[in-house]
Amino acid sequence: MSDYLVQFNNISKFFGKVIALKDVTMKLRKGEIMCLLGDNGAGKSTLIKTLAGVHKPDEGEIIVEDKKIIFDSPKDALDIGIATVYQDLALVSLMSVTRNFFMGREPMKGPPFFKTFDIEKANKIAAERMGQIGIDVRDPSQAVGTMSGGERQCLAISRAIYFGAKVLILDEPTSALGVHQASVVLKYIVKAASQGLAVILITHNVHHAYPVGNSFTVLNRGKSLGTYEKKDITREKLLSMMAGGEELNKLEVELEEMNRLSSQ
Amino acid sequence: MSTKSKSINLKTDINQDERLKKVSKLKLLLNRPELGALGGAILVFIFFGIVAGDTGMFSAYGMLNFLDVSANLGIIAIAAAMLMIGGEFDLSIGSMIGFAGICIAIPAIYWGWPLWMSIVFAFSMAVLVGYFNGILVVKTGLPSFIVTLAMLFILRGATLALTRLITGRTQVPGLRVLIENDPVAWIFATDTFKWLFTWLGSMKLIALRTDGTPLATGIPPSVIWFIFLAIVTTWILMKTRYGNWIFASGGDKIGANNVGVPVGRVKISLFIGTAVAATIFATIQVLDAGSADTMRGTLKELEAIAAAVVGGCLLTGGYGSAIGAAFGAIIFGTVSMGIFYTDVDTDWFKVFLGAMMLIAVIFNNYIRRKVTESK
Repeated sequence: MSDYLVQFNNISKFFGKVIALKDVTMKLRKGEIMCLLGDNGAGKSTLIKTLAGVHKPDEGEIIVEDKKIIFDSPKDALDIGIATVYQDLALVSLMSVTRNFFMGREPMKGPPFFKTFDIEKANKIAAERMGQIGIDVRDPSQAVGTMSGGERQCLAISRAIYFGAKVLILDEPTSALGVHQASVVLKYIVKAASQGLAVILITHNVHHAYPVGNSFTVLNRGKSLGTYEKKDITREKLLSMMAGGEELNKLEVELEEMNRLSSQ
Repeated sequence: MSTKSKSINLKTDINQDERLKKVSKLKLLLNRPELGALGGAILVFIFFGIVAGDTGMFSAYGMLNFLDVSANLGIIAIAAAMLMIGGEFDLSIGSMIGFAGICIAIPAIYWGWPLWMSIVFAFSMAVLVGYFNGILVVKTGLPSFIVTLAMLFILRGATLALTRLITGRTQVPGLRVLIENDPVAWIFATDTFKWLFTWLGSMKLIALRTDGTPLATGIPPSVIWFIFLAIVTTWILMKTRYGNWIFASGGDKIGANNVGVPVGRVKISLFIGTAVAATIFATIQVLDAGSADTMRGTLKELEAIAAAVVGGCLLTGGYGSAIGAAFGAIIFGTVSMGIFYTDVDTDWFKVFLGAMMLIAVIFNNYIRRKVTESK
């Protein structure tokens, strides 16, 4: 019995002749946040979709709680407790917080054949859950459109947790957010992990990833550049490992040079 | 039903955490999509109350007259609203009315079927047409506007061609004699609460004919169907899982799909809904007139959509209400009949209809911005 909740071993995915992913390995314990870093085109999206059951891996194995698993659809992944929150969040902005929270999985009451959507119960749970994150839903029947980007992200994550996620895959949860909103979301992610979830946080923003991550996997052109525990790597090293990191360093040096010259 | 759900909302407000700001009743009401149409309907009644209050428009007979027109439109407007909330259009409603009419009349008159069997046949055809519309839109991903526009022409053309082929003309009369003793037809052809009108007549409270029977004989079946459908659809939207799926499918079909809402099935069922509503409309009118006309229902699809829009439905889906569409239909029905009681030339009705719709769209657009705007 290994102490890993979920293991993705040597995952490869090919689209025709294109090698989208090659030998990517990630292992997560309960309560751990692994950050998956990579520039645009590094293969992050393909990896997420493979983990979420949208693509089938061509090589490698997925092991959940010591059992080898083969996903045929996103639903299989969901049933086993691997939930993915995509960038679009699957929220309908015209619908209320409650109706979004329970969209597709509404609590029902009443006798068979006359079952109705238990709005009161749903309102109560939604308000409770959002309250736990510290989000002030003035009224769970208010439209999601009135919420801020960070609050929506938290709602989507909170919904995934409520419906039994053990492994949470978050696709760029902070990319569209301002600094304050991003920190609210990151705080919530840490809280979720501390309650025993394993979190895979996909991002291209090292500054968001570094404070919250326990380990970091850097992806470049479909290959893993390795997984590092936080104590073994610095923020700067991570940044330069991502494609473009070196270029940014070079740019920084050049700019300093220019500043030095102009101040002379 | 909508008042019930509102009161529930208010109750949860009061029970909420004391940290949370209470939402005023007014603001809660403003969030309801049917508000504009309700206000519009009240304005229309006030207007005609002043302009035509003493003309007989608001006698029992006059009221049943404009309620009947409103109810007929309302039956299809409610179904159109449900479909619009689900994110699609049905432009074939009007043609379906004509088609359903001859589906009842030809088997009953020319093939000797019992009337009830023809009515069942017409409803079966409606389910087929609705299913076909739905599956075409869902499977091809084409805009429903185009798919159902094609169906508008196909159904109307087929109605005309088949009727002329079988009967040699474009109208099929002679249904009235078949209604009596039919086990099904009464559902679409019976005036209710006759005793009430007889009693009101005997008390000289309503106008009488020269033979002493009341001028208004009972509530027409269209009104009963209208009220029934308004209640059932509002209940579905507010209180059932399927209702939540309708909003979700229209609001964001990809998102809804991702969380497990069967978007395709929801949309197909709503297309069946509009076709069935068109058939209810057709059955009531055909049995009332005693004849089927191939041109029956022409342009009705646009009136139904107009009423749904006035009732607060967004053209982009995901928002609206069935009860709002009902109020929209009442506005149109009341004005179209009420205009006869005023000095205004009836030609102006269409101008009113268009202007009303324009105002409604601008108002809805504003509301949508309010609802979707971030803090």
